[in-house]
Amino acid sequence: MAHPPFDPRHAAHPTGSRPAPILTLKIDGQDVGARSGDTILTVARENDIHIPTLCHLEGLSTLGACRLCLVEVAGANRLLPACVTAVREGMAVTTRSERLQTYRRKLLELFFSERNHVCAVCVSNGHCELQDLADTLGMTHVRYDYLYPPAAIDASHPRFSVDHNRCILCLRCLRACEEIEGAHTWDVMGRGIDCRVITDLNQPWGESESCTGCGKCVQVCPTGALTEKGRAVAEMVKNKEFLPYLRIMRRRTF
Amino acid sequence: MMLDEINEIAQRQREKETGFRHRINVCIAAGCLSSRSDDIVAAFEEEIARRGLEKSCRVKGVGCLGLCAGGPLVAVEPAGILYRGVAADDVGEIVDALPGSPLARLHCPRETPFFQRQQKIVLENCGWIDPTAIEDYIAADGYQAMHTALTRMTPEEVTREVSRSGLRGRGGAGYPTGLKWSTVAKAESATKFVVCNADEGDPGAFMDRSVLESDPHRVIEGMVIAGWAVGASRGFIYLRAEYPLAVKRVKAAIAAAERSGLLGGSLFHTPFGFDIKVRLGAGAFVCGEETALIASIEGRLGRPRPRPPYPAEHGLWGAPTLINNVETFANIPPILRNGSGWFAGIGTEKSKGTKVFALAGRVRNTGLIEVPMGTTLRDIVYAIGGGIREDRTFKAAQTGGPSGGCIPEEHLDLPIDYDSLVEVGSIMGSGGMIIMDETACMVDVAKFFMGFCCAESCGACVPCRVGTTQLHRLLERITAGHGTAGDLARIEDLCDLVQNTSLCGLGQTAPNPVVSTLRYFRDEYEAHIQEGRCPAGACKLGQ
Repeated sequence: MAHPPFDPRHAAHPTGSRPAPILTLKIDGQDVGARSGDTILTVARENDIHIPTLCHLEGLSTLGACRLCLVEVAGANRLLPACVTAVREGMAVTTRSERLQTYRRKLLELFFSERNHVCAVCVSNGHCELQDLADTLGMTHVRYDYLYPPAAIDASHPRFSVDHNRCILCLRCLRACEEIEGAHTWDVMGRGIDCRVITDLNQPWGESESCTGCGKCVQVCPTGALTEKGRAVAEMVKNKEFLPYLRIMRRRTF
Repeated sequence: MMLDEINEIAQRQREKETGFRHRINVCIAAGCLSSRSDDIVAAFEEEIARRGLEKSCRVKGVGCLGLCAGGPLVAVEPAGILYRGVAADDVGEIVDALPGSPLARLHCPRETPFFQRQQKIVLENCGWIDPTAIEDYIAADGYQAMHTALTRMTPEEVTREVSRSGLRGRGGAGYPTGLKWSTVAKAESATKFVVCNADEGDPGAFMDRSVLESDPHRVIEGMVIAGWAVGASRGFIYLRAEYPLAVKRVKAAIAAAERSGLLGGSLFHTPFGFDIKVRLGAGAFVCGEETALIASIEGRLGRPRPRPPYPAEHGLWGAPTLINNVETFANIPPILRNGSGWFAGIGTEKSKGTKVFALAGRVRNTGLIEVPMGTTLRDIVYAIGGGIREDRTFKAAQTGGPSGGCIPEEHLDLPIDYDSLVEVGSIMGSGGMIIMDETACMVDVAKFFMGFCCAESCGACVPCRVGTTQLHRLLERITAGHGTAGDLARIEDLCDLVQNTSLCGLGQTAPNPVVSTLRYFRDEYEAHIQEGRCPAGACKLGQ
């Protein structure tokens, strides 16, 4: 019986599906390879290039809202968020120019000026991503007025509490609850500086009918806004093993 | 519906119109309607019935007659007489004057520059047709362009014609319309959408509202043509619920077009069909931004997302989506009817056609105007606008709303088009134009617009959410006399941060009014801070 001529493409991919094309680009002068569809942030992290983020969390949908991952791309007029910008062949990305670092420090200052982020009296002191970033980016003081809008603490839930004074509106809680747990207990209300995360229709968390009490929101919260009750400062460490779990669950779901 | 049926309706309607010796057109757009122009229509009808003049005299509610400052307005045709400030009590006298010379007390001559210096394309039917009668629109050559496009042109030909016309998006940024259409046309997808952005929210702007209230079928026709050109069979009009009259008229127009077979399946017996649905916005300024608008139509929180991907590639429910604003769609039927060459012959080299402005502020003739691109600011303020009220002096024109800037006196001779406005630090925006005289405090003006952006920020990204709030506080401090030496540097630094790091257009452009007032009126800021006085005597410090 005559065999059809050998075609390596069919041999490698019997189902006919093609692999994502491989692209090459430069990040901070370093040549890197990437799959088509990857974001700048993914590729940078694979190559140990650190780009700061607060709203981004592997396993959750991307928002591009904290603006800390803004990078310079040669030929682009605007700064682009690394977490949502797809790589292109031949792209030249700068992740840590003086301009970018200055903007990042100023953005952090705005975060700190917005609500009460006095670390000394926060249960997440020493385990807070906002605090860590201020430390690594060298943000030593805040030059803006402290706004401190009135924000309450809701401790109506038997196991957790939310302190809106520490919330940075990264919406990781909202996305984890909606996309991973499927409960959609968290949402946002208000505009501008009056934005607040809410549970259900702005009811006390303890009275929420949709909350399953899974605690995913607490684990993904980067600051001391969502915490477990009964933990002392030294104990309020967010569960890092939780993150790979989220990733796997998301892959299975989608 | 077929072409001969349309022509028959048009013919019948025209004959009906010319059968009357006098036609009384009363403006029933929102401005005049708020002065009870509906009572005037009723009073005319009653008076005419009382005198038994029904056969020789017809009363009709029409769209915006333009000179909103003089409302309620009544036009008497074919004599071409315009009356301003009409009340229901004046009706008897106006009817008395019908056969003879106009009633001097209310007469508003049309030979003034306000009417003579305008060129109406988008507003050509406003003030002539009854927005609630589809026959009136058809009699004004309505749906002819749609017939030509669907039966005699390929989608590529339509797109090419729009490209050749040089039309740029009237929503603000001035992106070439033909290019946008061809991008969506090229996107490969079985499902595509056309969206009309009618979420006009700039302070002082009412262009889109007036077009929708006065001539809704024109926008529908433009959208169907766009659907044919890009390969979409469904459209949405995203309209803010704060415009109840526009909502009512647009919905009625869609229903009338559906009944007449001008919307729905197999239009003009072609395989092409198009549906339009209205989606109401809750009045969030940020929902005018296209990605936030899409989220809102989808039923999600009206918050923007980073672009790319652009809606042309990934829009409503992930499908390629064409988004144009009301005025852009309203320009399409005349372009196809009269040809791209005709349109390209109007305006300036890089900005073709006309622009509708909502002229507001301290000019005598406030209202809705349409002028060819390239008309100078001086012409708009002094000729069309009739000069500054109380014979005061011109100080600045604010264009482009909260994303725009102030143009000072030294640029009065600037020909207004997209590019010249950017050169002087402002933008066209959707067409709001607020004229200010020497009694305006420019720090206060900047504070007003910053306050607007602060309140309208969706709160998603930190530079817009917190940065605009900080800027507003700094400006408030200055107008209250508590400004300090470093405040101007702090303001400039924050403006730069907010412009360069915000997620969407709202934040990226929010500092523009501050930047432009600092550019032209820095001395006023300095007077507030260093001398503790307001040169205009308008803000808190001046009182």
